[in-house]
Amino acid sequence: MPEKLLEVKNLKKYFKTKQGYLHAVDDVNFAINRGKTLSLVGESGCGKSTIGRVVLRLLEATAGEIYFEGANIRDLDKMQMRKYRKKMQIVFQDPYSSLDSRKSVYESIAEPLVVQKAFTNKKQYAKRVYELMDTSGLAQRFANAYPHELDGGRRQRVGIARALALNPSFIVLDEPVSALDVSIQAQVLNLLQQLQDDLNLTYLFISHDLSVVKHISDMVAVMYLGKIVELANCKSIFQNPVHPYTKALLSAVPIPKINVKLNRIILEGDVPSPINPKPGCRFAGRCRLCSSVCKESDPVLTEVDRGHFVSCFNK
Amino acid sequence: MEQKNLLLKIKDLTINYNTYDGIVKAVEGLNLSMSNGQTLGLVGETGAGKTTTVKGIMRLLPDPPAKIVRGEIYFDGENLLKKSKKEMRSIRGKQISMIFQDPMTSLNPVMTVGDQIAETIRLHNDISKKQSFEEACTMLEQVGIKGERAGDYPHQLSGGMKQRVVIAMALACNPKLLIADEPTTALDVTIQAQVLEMMKKLIAQYNTSVIMITHDLGIVAETCDYIAIMYAGEIVEYGTKQHIFLNAKHPYTKGLFACIPDITAEDNKLTPIEGLMPDPTNLPKGCKFYPRCPMAGKECENENPANKEIENGHFVKCHFV
Repeated sequence: MPEKLLEVKNLKKYFKTKQGYLHAVDDVNFAINRGKTLSLVGESGCGKSTIGRVVLRLLEATAGEIYFEGANIRDLDKMQMRKYRKKMQIVFQDPYSSLDSRKSVYESIAEPLVVQKAFTNKKQYAKRVYELMDTSGLAQRFANAYPHELDGGRRQRVGIARALALNPSFIVLDEPVSALDVSIQAQVLNLLQQLQDDLNLTYLFISHDLSVVKHISDMVAVMYLGKIVELANCKSIFQNPVHPYTKALLSAVPIPKINVKLNRIILEGDVPSPINPKPGCRFAGRCRLCSSVCKESDPVLTEVDRGHFVSCFNK
Repeated sequence: MEQKNLLLKIKDLTINYNTYDGIVKAVEGLNLSMSNGQTLGLVGETGAGKTTTVKGIMRLLPDPPAKIVRGEIYFDGENLLKKSKKEMRSIRGKQISMIFQDPMTSLNPVMTVGDQIAETIRLHNDISKKQSFEEACTMLEQVGIKGERAGDYPHQLSGGMKQRVVIAMALACNPKLLIADEPTTALDVTIQAQVLEMMKKLIAQYNTSVIMITHDLGIVAETCDYIAIMYAGEIVEYGTKQHIFLNAKHPYTKGLFACIPDITAEDNKLTPIEGLMPDPTNLPKGCKFYPRCPMAGKECENENPANKEIENGHFVKCHFV
């Protein structure tokens, strides 16, 4: 039985706004096994980044449980949480704004070590920092460079080195390659996969780019407006999507080949507002299969095939 | 390459930016031509010079720091670089119009979208305010927005709708050439699919020629007839969609295809292009791609390769073809 490193149960995160409660994450359940990658995909505003932050307790959840290595980390106080923070890290989307522009590469990578008082003398710190630079593919000559001197790909490597500093077992990767050019994106994706193999890391990979997700994931959760609408292993999602939203999403991806037949499903309209959502399926307003039951009650995530969960009445 | 129906012909275009750190050679010796009714994809990574090239065509480059050092841009037989500011103003929006990447920042936040479209129409046609507003509403309907939303301000519209408004504005005067600079990059995939579908329909309906700037080879495959691959200010490969997708010859083009994850493939290993884009103030002397090229030989270091036509209409700038 593979070990569940992270398990999330009935997770909710609402934000209070003037117009009412914004349901950013609404009753989400998933688990990630050690050494595996779960991807959260969906369009802007569907709550994927919020989940990433909530599971690290960078944002406090409104309700639900988050189990990390079997312990419910929502029950921990600040000091107890600090021990767990070593094991859970995050790499942010934008390497331009997620690094302190006044800190050199060396200082940025050393910071988590210093905060957690990892070593006792400077030599040990230096050894670890240079070791991390090697692991993440940064030449040592950049140690004294400042972020503005680096290109996007190298900056993202600094972000990765920082996240690896304390030997975490779990990393949230929040759109780590979206801001990078394709040739650099491939370099960073390969690095992430290699690190996972070498260090047995567990990833929660957040992305809107389905081609990248297909490349890197073991499991995929498709989100729409705060809910997971489909959850399955990577192969089933891409070969046998069941939810009408997943189907539309997959068909919308431009394919870099010619002479392929596109069976594109064009969705009408925009994503509705997540503030005080109406009862019923969130996707009902744009769904081709929508029937009266969809507008009245919420579909629940049910297993349609082994390990393949879908939340739809018309599956 | 003499072509019938020649709409745009760029000869030896060279654009520099004079900065404190030195001269940035953004575009160098660029040759390009396109005929009426064509859709040309301009593909390349950040800093390849795609946007600089088209801004040069539109004469929208800020001088200083940008400087068109040499070259000619013939549009409909006339050299745009010889035009006065006033003449250019009557061409922009009327004969050539442009869609920018970010719809959030290319609309005026304190003007209703209807008024913004009407303004463009009024500038180039001698019609009344009321008529122009009516035409603006028709344009909005064309891009799939209800006419009654003409009185809305940009913040009341979603990202996809804003980009539709920008497209409506660009097509309002029925331009001969439409330049679309990453028109869907800021949009979500399902919205991107909607917008591309609509653009394809309108382009066919108005018979507009289009230069589509993008870094997404998927979008190129879907919308373009001809493709120019840019690297460090030069076009390294040019050909029809078939040439580029089925018979790519330049190592950079091949590298681009090898490093994109493909959603249709069973299992693909990404082969990244090693290294980084060269510093534009200090470009390699010979072939610009030489430091990253897996095939690089002696001549590549010192000699800039010539543009060779390897089959009808397929040009490659490499010593080894």
